[in-house]
Amino acid sequence: MTLIQHPPQADAFSPADEELLVQPPAATTAPASKSQFLRRLLRSKAALLSVFILLVVTVAAITAQWIAPNDPYAIKLIQRLKPPGYHNSAGVTFWLGTDTLGRDVLSRIIYGARVSLTVGISAVVISGTVGLLVGLLSGYFGGVIDDIFMRICDIQLSFPTILLALTIMAVLGSGLDKLILVLGLTGWVQYARIVRSQVLSIKTDEFVLAARATGERQWRILFQHILPNIWSPIIVIASFTVASNIVAEASLSFLGVGVPPSVPSWGTILADGRQYIGVADWLTIPAGLAISLTVLAINILGDWLRDYLDPRLKNILQ
Amino acid sequence: MNDEVLVQVKDLKMHFPIRTGVLNRTVGAIKAVDGITFDIAKGETLGLVGESGCGKTTAGRSILQLYRPTAGEVAFRGNDLARQGPDSIRRARRHMQMIFQDPYASLNPHMRVGEIIARPLRVHGITKSRREEKEMVADLMAKVGLNVSFRDRFPHEFSGGQRQRIGIARALATSPDFIVCDEPISALDVSIQAQIINLLEQLREELGLTYLFIAHDLSMVRYISTRVGVMYLGKMMELTGSDELYQHPLHPYTKALLSAIPIPDPPLERQRQRILLEGDLPSPANPPPGCKFSTRCPFATDHCRTVEPEFREATPRHWVACHYAEALDGVTPGQAKGMTRQ
Amino acid sequence: MSYVIRRLLQSIIVVFGVSIVAFGMLFLTGDPTEVILGEATDRMTVDQIEEYRVKMGFDRPWFVQYGSFVWNALHGDFGYSFIRHQPAFQVIMEKLPATITLAAVAFVISLVISIPLGVLSAIRAHKPVDHVATVLALVGQSIPSFWLGILLILLFGVELKWLPISGSGTWAHMIMPAITLAAFPIARNMRLTRSSMLDFMQRDFTRTARAKGIAESRVVYAHVLRNALLPIVTAIGLELGFLLGGSVITETIFGWPGVGREIVAAIGSKDFYVVQAGVIVLALIFAGVNLLIDLAYSWIDPRIRYGS
Repeated sequence: MTLIQHPPQADAFSPADEELLVQPPAATTAPASKSQFLRRLLRSKAALLSVFILLVVTVAAITAQWIAPNDPYAIKLIQRLKPPGYHNSAGVTFWLGTDTLGRDVLSRIIYGARVSLTVGISAVVISGTVGLLVGLLSGYFGGVIDDIFMRICDIQLSFPTILLALTIMAVLGSGLDKLILVLGLTGWVQYARIVRSQVLSIKTDEFVLAARATGERQWRILFQHILPNIWSPIIVIASFTVASNIVAEASLSFLGVGVPPSVPSWGTILADGRQYIGVADWLTIPAGLAISLTVLAINILGDWLRDYLDPRLKNILQ
Repeated sequence: MNDEVLVQVKDLKMHFPIRTGVLNRTVGAIKAVDGITFDIAKGETLGLVGESGCGKTTAGRSILQLYRPTAGEVAFRGNDLARQGPDSIRRARRHMQMIFQDPYASLNPHMRVGEIIARPLRVHGITKSRREEKEMVADLMAKVGLNVSFRDRFPHEFSGGQRQRIGIARALATSPDFIVCDEPISALDVSIQAQIINLLEQLREELGLTYLFIAHDLSMVRYISTRVGVMYLGKMMELTGSDELYQHPLHPYTKALLSAIPIPDPPLERQRQRILLEGDLPSPANPPPGCKFSTRCPFATDHCRTVEPEFREATPRHWVACHYAEALDGVTPGQAKGMTRQ
Repeated sequence: MSYVIRRLLQSIIVVFGVSIVAFGMLFLTGDPTEVILGEATDRMTVDQIEEYRVKMGFDRPWFVQYGSFVWNALHGDFGYSFIRHQPAFQVIMEKLPATITLAAVAFVISLVISIPLGVLSAIRAHKPVDHVATVLALVGQSIPSFWLGILLILLFGVELKWLPISGSGTWAHMIMPAITLAAFPIARNMRLTRSSMLDFMQRDFTRTARAKGIAESRVVYAHVLRNALLPIVTAIGLELGFLLGGSVITETIFGWPGVGREIVAAIGSKDFYVVQAGVIVLALIFAGVNLLIDLAYSWIDPRIRYGS
């Protein structure tokens, strides 16, 4: 009985593609054209579905004020905890019911997309930038700088991220800006490590030596030769981190230390519904579903992106 | 070819420290290049050969100051580069360039070919406008035999031989006087090798270049070089004119290397006596005392094992580092067995 | 040997760093007095606040405060919890066994499920089993743990009434929290095992083993698995961080009386010495376990032992 007939493919959700199996010789990958990108994307049903989901979420986030049927902040105690489909006296229908303060759950979920995407992306921008710089400097210049940065990474990594974010937010108090900052500053370490290891391996490639032989200055070499070769892993990590930031925001808001409870976020909606599990499940199920689908879509897309950019990344990432 | 000396290397040493332990203490050094001396005259091609690990690549890079030498002098047009600061070295790079061995790794995969060739122009401010730059790049590409319309392609779209041409074009961009060719053809198919060698020769004549040609293929080196130096374990063993070396080698190591080159004439080949070297290459971190070659030399004596031979001019314009160079002149290995071995 | 020494030195630096971060937490808003007193400061006069500041020693220069913090910490004194009327350290240590138990159970569950599933998935790659497993894994990695917990409570606790939804006591209480905590690690480890196995299965040494005529199952288990496990072991070491961090949420949802829930409760009641003590204890445990794993790993992997 032979167990494997075909050469293994990258992932059940990425396109079957012979190109993937031929290993490129150099330590870095070559860029591909835009049409090639689109063609590959179109071939993977899962990736397409994910793009669709994310598009829906993004559109919801951007056009929230026009799409949402009601004001997500409007408190009306008389209509609190009404089930989905409830019509109030003014003839307004609450398709997903109302929460403990009478607010429209559907509208809050739509606006929640805005919070999730904002936090997810902004925090990644911060941690990505910090991590990239640290990794570049650490990897290229080495020496004392490297030692110091790596020690800082070790120290930061010895705290489970959620715990660290939790306590800092607890001290600072809840708030969207603070949350973005905290998530950004706790998440840079993984970027720094990957960037550093990539820089270390590229540093010894001959084209870097060739650039030195030409007379190029260190900084130029770092940013114009080495950096363009590092984008691939950064993009992949960034996509996965957006997902984990969205979950982190929801978790922290659920615990009461993320965004303030009045702000419509998928986490605050879930926090609201916590006491009513089994009684008012329209509070917990739709919001949780929204988070799960968004994160699922990002993960699938992230996997696809990783395999598309460089199949060898599988050994380093995830 | 005139006798003006372009590059003067005096007792060049390149040692790499070995660090171990918790505190990264230096416990020793790898003596990759351990004192070599030679001149390169303007317009000549100096071949540098030796087995892997003998230090020839390190020597090439040290001369260009890509590694700063541990000791010794590297005078380019009379100016000792080893003593210069980074800025003046950078300015000097305009006149000395390098062609690398690996055509796959020596070009930035994310840069278009036209950009790769143009970079030296920008670094040294040679061209004043974009248009001028484009013209020069087109010129260079044509010179090395590349289709100019490919300037916007990426390296992975070219074959090995073409990539090497790109590397050559890049090296020529600043109109250097001196080019170190670090095994430029070792990674190519045999049929392409000849093309590249011919290109290099042609360019040398046309542009008045001076080459340091590092390689391990002796027959190819003979073809392109005016003089050849043989290195072993960081030291120069023999240095003389190309034909003289192949017809009249004096150092036992050179003789052994030459005896290994197959002759395309079966009856003659069968008659030849190979000199087989016993033992392994000693570690460059722990070289043997005395003559570095003494551990494998079929003619080694105790004197060889204790006293390091001087690199001297045994016959006019023919330097050797061997105590018995004259005595061994013309001796075959068979006869060696008859000599007294202590 | 030098690796061991270097690793130990690294741990010392890490502990030092942990202490600084934990110490610094109180100063994030500038005035630790207000952080400790919390909302009570609204009802106090400036003089009263100042009195507390001196009493708690927050008027001293920071390095003196840090020094006394470390000194106290070494003696097991992490401040006093006014809510619980106990030393903060005691509050945490009482709850620690519960957290460790839960984390350990979740850890075991995750290994027992994820590795065999990953191997199976790799062996039957691209067949239905693999597709199903991969989808489940992807979902498992995407669902936020607290939502999973809520769903489990809904299904097994409320609807089916099979399992208790809160508290601890019997092993039945542990099932749902453990599964919730283990979900993400199971998913991640399963995918990792699968891709690691697939990677090694296509390597030349596997082909050689098959060509030699070795039975397929032996090829898989004795040859491939042994190699494939190494990267997995590394990843598992990192899992501990997730388990400790995830315990915060899981314990809160299920009312599991562990350190995590204690920290969240203390945040709610502004009992910051307890928060500080909890964070330090968890971080130190995490660092300690990582150290042990690294040392064990270096002993197993000869490249690290002899290299250098």
